[in-house]
Amino acid sequence: MKTLSIAVVGSGGAGALTTGNLLLEAAARLGCYGIQTRSVGPQIRGGEAAAMVRLSDEPIDCISDRFDIMLAMDWNNVHRFAPEILLDENSLIIGDPAEGEVPPALTRSNPQRREVAIGALAKQVRKGRANMIALGVIAEVIGLPDAAVIAVLEKQLGKKGEEALLSSLDAITAGRAAAAGIEPRRLPVNGSAGTAKWIITGNHAAGLGAIRGGIKFVAAYPITPATEVLEWISKALSRTGGTLVQAEDELASINMILGASFGGQPSLTATSGPGLSLMVESLGLAVSAEVPIVVIDVMRGGPSTGIPTIAEQSDLNIAVYGLHGDAPHLVLAPNSVTDCVATTQWSVFLAEALQTPAVVLSDQYLGQARCIIDAPQTLPLRGERLLATDAGGERYQRYAVTESGVSPMAIPGLPGCQHTADGLEHNPIGTPSSTAADHQTQLDKRQRKLTQFDFGDRWADIEGDGELAIITWGSVTGAVREALGRLRAEGGGGIRLVSIRLLTPVQPERFAGALAGVKRVLLIEQSHSAQFRHFLAAHYRLPEDIEILNRAGPLLFRAGEVYDRIKSWSGV
Amino acid sequence: MSQTAEAAAPVTLTPNDYKSNIKPIWCPGCGDYSVLLEITKALAALALRPENVAIVSGIGCSSRFPAYSNCYGFHGVHGRALPVATGLKIARPDLTVLCTGGDGDGFSIGGNHFLHACRRNVDLTYIVMDNQVYGMTKGQASPTTDPDWDHVLMPGGTGTRAFQPLVIALASGANFVARAFSGDPAMTTDIIIEAIRHPGFSFVQILSPCVTFRPDQREWRNFVRQAPVPETNDPSRAARRIMSDDGFNLGILYRGDRPPYRISRKAEFEEVTAIGKEFLV
Repeated sequence: MKTLSIAVVGSGGAGALTTGNLLLEAAARLGCYGIQTRSVGPQIRGGEAAAMVRLSDEPIDCISDRFDIMLAMDWNNVHRFAPEILLDENSLIIGDPAEGEVPPALTRSNPQRREVAIGALAKQVRKGRANMIALGVIAEVIGLPDAAVIAVLEKQLGKKGEEALLSSLDAITAGRAAAAGIEPRRLPVNGSAGTAKWIITGNHAAGLGAIRGGIKFVAAYPITPATEVLEWISKALSRTGGTLVQAEDELASINMILGASFGGQPSLTATSGPGLSLMVESLGLAVSAEVPIVVIDVMRGGPSTGIPTIAEQSDLNIAVYGLHGDAPHLVLAPNSVTDCVATTQWSVFLAEALQTPAVVLSDQYLGQARCIIDAPQTLPLRGERLLATDAGGERYQRYAVTESGVSPMAIPGLPGCQHTADGLEHNPIGTPSSTAADHQTQLDKRQRKLTQFDFGDRWADIEGDGELAIITWGSVTGAVREALGRLRAEGGGGIRLVSIRLLTPVQPERFAGALAGVKRVLLIEQSHSAQFRHFLAAHYRLPEDIEILNRAGPLLFRAGEVYDRIKSWSGV
Repeated sequence: MSQTAEAAAPVTLTPNDYKSNIKPIWCPGCGDYSVLLEITKALAALALRPENVAIVSGIGCSSRFPAYSNCYGFHGVHGRALPVATGLKIARPDLTVLCTGGDGDGFSIGGNHFLHACRRNVDLTYIVMDNQVYGMTKGQASPTTDPDWDHVLMPGGTGTRAFQPLVIALASGANFVARAFSGDPAMTTDIIIEAIRHPGFSFVQILSPCVTFRPDQREWRNFVRQAPVPETNDPSRAARRIMSDDGFNLGILYRGDRPPYRISRKAEFEEVTAIGKEFLV
């Protein structure tokens, strides 16, 4: 795999993020895969910003170990990004001499340094902007042809008119000229575009999966880093005949979707840890009343307000165990930006099929990374619940005891099947009951829905074989996949990857099959207390020889350190 | 409420058509029995078919209401009835949606939803059976209890000013505000009929005595009276009247004309496969 990583930094208003966006789009037109993340200061508006773009000739789902190029329009607070933008002696720092010395935090690893008078050049161009000079400099250094840059600019700046476009093009030309002497760092593709690519974030991908799964109603309360799911889906629903309502809090948003789903519409909300905490009581209501809903949790650092802008895999416990009582429900996790589409769509399908809540554990990294991907597969998974058509002359039993555990659901408006959906324990009719027999029967029925359903192969991604296995989940999978790919490219095979997508209900038989012949296991997760390890130990039979690589956010796992750990662990 | 449902209904519906055969858990003499009768009478008078009516509630004595009706019902968690009803009505504007509950459920744990339901003005009818006590947990002070009402949990009283639900409803934007007394079936039924008919969020406080934990409320029948002034469409005038009365003036106190929450949904919409093209580079 060939990659090229570029960081563009600048203080508020300099437009570093725009430069990153344009770079990613232009590279996508040339057939690159890629991923773009951003890091910003704590200010609501303005403040320093870094766009980090990693381009590749193969699909990637992991940020870079190191950067080939760092271009800084100025040095204000740039030292803050030093832990994220790792440089070495092969890296190239491009800075503006008028902005002063390169901060020592960036030069310790002894990167190569070049100077371009970015600010002065911008002033020489009519309405010229420094970030367009920067784009020109980078385009020249990485060999990005004018045609790709112009196509992207026309798309982005089209609304601003001819003048904005021309001044940008002039600035880019000036940037290219100024970079003429800098030795190239070439793009990982040769320019044959191949199949058309998509650029999408995981939050938008989750929204798309929801729409594809048939979601018609969304209740929304804004929260970082989940808000983009809600904002995107608002527009999508307006095009597909659905509705979004803004709720007063997360208690309201989950109860609104319960009401809408009771009314027959597949319903969803999206939130993050603090919101999920508020929703937990009503998740239990969805279990008891057997009303399907989907809750996307875009995980961030916790507990409490924690670190809202950074990913962590630390909501596993609350998602799996947070509900009081014995409350079987679905917990799923996408393991790449692309997979956010399929896993969310599958979650809608499962929630509707099993009349129970599904929690989708995405995270800030998946949610907010912009990724160049191949067009996501379309899946024949559309949420459809088992509906009652009439009571058949009998008294309708909303919670009828069936072999599958799933009972035909009557939707308001259907004559003769009126019933009360209830969070109180109830008998098959739905009448509140506190008898041991009714409680046992309904607990068994609700459990049976999940244990008897055939979840198929989608429960996990299992890649490779051998006596060594790495077990992981969610966004960390990207770094593990890439590390294993590197090992394979070096001839080091014999390591299995098991990335679990369906967390609950647990799949003991499938898990045993996935680990058949495995003697040693390495667990990798982004959680301080190793929640995933404890989850696995509670539900699955694991080999005795277990090692674990775990760490809290905000420092995400990168392929390089995972590779190093796998090497030392496996001896491969 | 749904005009089509009303038009399609036969004329033969009686209050009994809206009652289930489940025996309420309420104490003998509880005001909520009367409210059950009054609501079913109102539904019969409006000739709404039971399958086109949904009754949503939270937790508490009066929140047991849905199971005692023969309409569609949703009995959720404590304090969250209004969001459930809101989601249901927005998803299914063809249904008539009532929300029933008590003063603890609606004004304490669910207080925030009460404010926002009034603001949002979705076409719902919210009926609160107010007995100024938590009956189900055996007699603690609720938000509408007087501050000096003595109880073991707060000996000598809560010392906390009683919540003024009708004024709060007005200030928050409710479109219809009324007070009724469970012991006056004719007037209460009429008020509920008007509340269901009125577009937007209608709020009806029904004084409904708890004879078990507030036996003093048996006296309410001697205190209540028809409000001495006719209803108004001026919220500030209504608020002034409500704030200066003794809590026993009955009737429709405010009927506004604020347009209800707009539910925008395209009748003709695009195929799901059309969604996502924006991501193509």
